[in-house]
Amino acid sequence: MAPHHHDEDELVPTAGIVRPYALTSGRTRSSVDLPVEAIIEQTDSGRERDWNGQSQLGTIVAACASRTSVAEISAAAKLPLGVVRVLLGDLVEQGHVRIAATTLTDASSRDVRQDLIERTLRGLRAI
Amino acid sequence: MDFGPSSPPSGAASTKIVVAGGFGVGKTTLVGAVSEIVPLRTEALVTNESAGVDNLSNTPMKSTTTVAMDFGRITLADDLVLYLFGTPGQKRFWFMWDDIIKGAIGAVIIVDTQRLDEAFAAVDYFEAKQLPFIVAINEFDGAQRFPAEDVREALALPVDTPVIAIDARDRNSAKAALIRVTEYALERVTSQSTSAARY
Ligand SMILES: Nc1nc2c(ncn2[C@@H]2O[C@H](COP(=O)(O)OP(=O)(O)OP(=O)(O)O)[C@@H](O)[C@H]2O)c(=O)[nH]1
Ligand SMILES: [Mg+2]
Repeated sequence: MAPHHHDEDELVPTAGIVRPYALTSGRTRSSVDLPVEAIIEQTDSGRERDWNGQSQLGTIVAACASRTSVAEISAAAKLPLGVVRVLLGDLVEQGHVRIAATTLTDASSRDVRQDLIERTLRGLRAI
Repeated sequence: MDFGPSSPPSGAASTKIVVAGGFGVGKTTLVGAVSEIVPLRTEALVTNESAGVDNLSNTPMKSTTTVAMDFGRITLADDLVLYLFGTPGQKRFWFMWDDIIKGAIGAVIIVDTQRLDEAFAAVDYFEAKQLPFIVAINEFDGAQRFPAEDVREALALPVDTPVIAIDARDRNSAKAALIRVTEYALERVTSQSTSAARY
């Protein structure tokens, strides 16, 4: 595996960003750290819950009705990527949405990495 | 693995390739040429504080700017989706790349041979991060054609870094760039296992 640096520093200092991150109470990280390509789907709890009065979260959960990536959810909800990642991370933790597909991480084994790259290559050659 | 409360169904996966390069080199064009959706736009927030080293940090007041990032999607199989992220190539957005490149298969750096210097930052960055990358020369109409080897030399690329010519508007050409970077990423993974076996 490539010795990637695992940079745990906060990506975006909160100081200059008051409004968008107000939705996350100023947090720029969630305990569930979602990559932009992660595919998210609703759980029963997310589907059944009444999101009235939490319009931003409702929009985000609604966007997960058909399995959708974090990036697409950000575009659909018209919220910056960083904000959506924190909110989605919270929603995963609360069990309202879940991750629906594997992604590569710094921790992925070489075999997992190789397998995914090979599948991608086969797919690209076939399209 | 750290999927937390939920594990994905076995087999389903999503992955990404990063498309980088200077202003107007054809990043969005390439993404749009192969994507099954019209490229979508998302924004990341940058403060001059996070922007760090260059001009912005001379501004006395803190301010935020948003950096737009285009992305596209290719469904490669029932259980595999590839995302393409077109990221701005300026140095002050590096902090954002740190996040975007995590877990990426590799990167395509698009260059315009008239403005090769705009690719320096991206080359430095991906080398430092050890992310497999290829250089794709976007051959704008009427632009002087440079041999790949001249570009390799100008960018001081290692001999094994693939350098190809593309037309970012052409689907097959864009697809060829994605295939090349994926092949190269595979070679890199495979060679790692070979060299690891030697120890
Ligand atoms: N003739 C020609 N024009 C191209 C080619 N690729 C891109 N263009 C044009 O160049 C312009 C810039 O292309 P974009 O794809 O927007 O470039 P970009 O890298 O996304 O630009 P920024 O996001 O602004 O940095 C557009 O007007 C494209 O139509 C090409 O291969 N040939
Ligand atoms: Mg663009």
